[in-house]
Amino acid sequence: MEETSAQRAHAHAPPEGFLRKYVFSLDHKVIGKQYYALGLLAVCMGMALSWLMRFHLVWPTTRIPGLELISKAGAPGGIITPEYYLSLLTMHGTLMVFFVLTNAPFAAFGNFFLPIQIGAEDMAFPRFNMMSFWATLVAFLVLILAFVIPDGPPISGWTSYAPLSAVGKDAGPGMGWGMNLWAISIAIFCIGSLLGALNFIATTLDLRAKGMTLMRMPICTWAWFITSCIALLAFAVLLPACILLILDRTAGTSFFIPSGLVVSDRLQPHSGGSPLLWQHLFWFFGHPEVYIAILPSMGIVSHILINSMRKPLLSARVIIYSMMSIGFLSWMVWGHHMFVSGMNPFSSLLFSFPTLTITIPATIMTLIWLGSLYGANIRINAASLFALGFISMFVSGGVSGFFLAQPSIDIVLHATYFVVGHFHMVMGVASIFGVFAGTYFWFGKMTGRMMNETLGQLHFWLTFIGTYCIFMPFHYLGLVGNVRRYSAFVNDYTGPLLPLHKFITIAALGTGAAQLVFIFNLIYSRYKGAPAPENPWSGTTLEWSIPSPPPWNNFGGKHPVIYHDPYQYDVKGSKGDFIMQDSPEPSAG
Amino acid sequence: MSSTIYEPVRTPPPALGNSTASAPRAAKVLSGAGGASQSGIWVGIFAITMSFAAFTSALFVRQGSATDWTHIALPPILYGNTLALLLSSATLHMARRKLAAVPSTEPHAVRMGLGWLMATLALGFVFVAGQFEAWRQLAAQGLYLATNPNSSFYYVLTAMHGLHLLAGIVALALGMGRIVASRAAFRKSTFEATVTYWHFMGVLWLYLLLVLRTKL
Repeated sequence: MEETSAQRAHAHAPPEGFLRKYVFSLDHKVIGKQYYALGLLAVCMGMALSWLMRFHLVWPTTRIPGLELISKAGAPGGIITPEYYLSLLTMHGTLMVFFVLTNAPFAAFGNFFLPIQIGAEDMAFPRFNMMSFWATLVAFLVLILAFVIPDGPPISGWTSYAPLSAVGKDAGPGMGWGMNLWAISIAIFCIGSLLGALNFIATTLDLRAKGMTLMRMPICTWAWFITSCIALLAFAVLLPACILLILDRTAGTSFFIPSGLVVSDRLQPHSGGSPLLWQHLFWFFGHPEVYIAILPSMGIVSHILINSMRKPLLSARVIIYSMMSIGFLSWMVWGHHMFVSGMNPFSSLLFSFPTLTITIPATIMTLIWLGSLYGANIRINAASLFALGFISMFVSGGVSGFFLAQPSIDIVLHATYFVVGHFHMVMGVASIFGVFAGTYFWFGKMTGRMMNETLGQLHFWLTFIGTYCIFMPFHYLGLVGNVRRYSAFVNDYTGPLLPLHKFITIAALGTGAAQLVFIFNLIYSRYKGAPAPENPWSGTTLEWSIPSPPPWNNFGGKHPVIYHDPYQYDVKGSKGDFIMQDSPEPSAG
Repeated sequence: MSSTIYEPVRTPPPALGNSTASAPRAAKVLSGAGGASQSGIWVGIFAITMSFAAFTSALFVRQGSATDWTHIALPPILYGNTLALLLSSATLHMARRKLAAVPSTEPHAVRMGLGWLMATLALGFVFVAGQFEAWRQLAAQGLYLATNPNSSFYYVLTAMHGLHLLAGIVALALGMGRIVASRAAFRKSTFEATVTYWHFMGVLWLYLLLVLRTKL
């Protein structure tokens, strides 16, 4: 008998021994959890850094006890220096964008659920999968090493603009070995992400179960698939950029450093490089990266909303096509990050047009979500609340994108808190809401125990209100001209804005503290939560057809056969109100 | 709701339950010869192409804004290296034909296949050694990595291609080791993927040579 693709997928034997089971595991589910744990660690660190920054912004002369132990030079006497503020800013951005927003919605949930949702026993290349996680972990360790070396973390921001990022320690504290570690870390991260994306694509193309056509894949599987296509191209460009940056820094080349550059009173021994080249390469990765962060959450949220509404979306196919067009357009818009870079103003117009075009698929998706919700009898729980919260955040944060996409307005707003408010809401918080929704929805499947629902809903309301309190005022601050990246606001112009900054800081501290409810819920439910049944949410997709948690080979050696499209809810004539994808029951009587 | 693709399938499914529209697609997925290895290698080739597109775009941009762009004469040995690499693709093609029927192939054909593989590896090494010699010749002229932007790009592009080619050499050597160890251990799909990768390395080198020749 010919071996099927799904059968070929069992590329490894049952894991034996502690190391193979939990540490160097080849099992996509364990790797997914490892990514989740790394994302959780990174988000805690990133949030702690934002606390320090917010605290320093409004109480710049108040001592933060113990901080001098972390960096004697950066926080003498527990008071953050302006340079160390920038170090914190850099590390916050890098941790959040790379190790949280790329890891959690895409690598963590994608690893765990993509193979299961298409009926495969594992990823196409389990060894590559393990390597991609370990590369990511090494990248993380290299990055945070910058905290403990005497040089300290770099002060270049997460975008590391050349030429200051390329000239070495003349550019300030942290710009020696700190910056080297940053560039090495991101290069390693690229390799891990490339291996991961390759695996996701090959798995989706080749390991689908019998009957699982592309259009029968759940929306979140589609989202992970499209995201991996974007990641494959994006990280393939960031890696060369990092290599060139490292060479400029260590080998004396001049890719990004122009002639006659004087930094810290020293003429830099370089000639002819182009600082704009770095921005082009970086943002060619950087803008698609925004969609790497948000698309998986769009998929997860659609998946959860359909289940909670107990009816299909108005058009799932249009959602998938919209995600594809967003992915496609994401390659033509990188220049909208560079309107103030000195680039030719005609190029700005050229980049503005596709940027505004992206609002069309984004609006279509939003309208499909809202239209489907209209009149729906939605089940309210922590997962569906966070899914609804995602839509709210995506719209609130996305609307300001209309303004920033236009060069004439962006020139005024670019260096202000308006931009900070925009990208935190639309890319950061919205994406994290997708992760929260996914966690409450799938925790039972991942661990075998359900999360506490009351704590989950409490967590939602505190977070939802808190994040609006933090990020909405940013837009106002930006409109009145409050510049970003400053470490304190003490002059006559920004001084009167301090009360609003204090409000934001208090909201940030409070919202951060509210996340302890989530962490407690995670840990408590992992050990004491109610046992999770196989299909707690009466879902239709394949992850709900196997035990919670799934066995090492997912389907226990069986090979599922798919009979239906993924979301057969509200089917007249069937026994329940839903039909599983692998149920031979006819869909309609 | 009537227009959704996820609306219930109207006709009760026959035998397997696939709708007629999806049956051929499903059959195609299940009979894919190379399976995941072929998809994987093509996806990988796509990513590598993107990386080199980034490197060479950087070269064009850097040249466009440069006041220090000079000209370097490419060491003639590069053309010999190119010949070796193209020949290695031909020998690998012969090896693939001889090994097509493994594990049922007769021993003579396997020996022939191994011979062609050895030739491929040898030519691969000749290429790498030749590239190294080209570096030495440039260095002898006083052209190092940081001497000028032209030499920087020369070293970066050739080094990156060389690293990728070394990965191909390792993959080929591993494949050969598997045949020697036991014909049953020979993973044909992995070998086919390696062959595709090796040919791509040749194509990539031709592109790089063209860029080096016309731009540096």
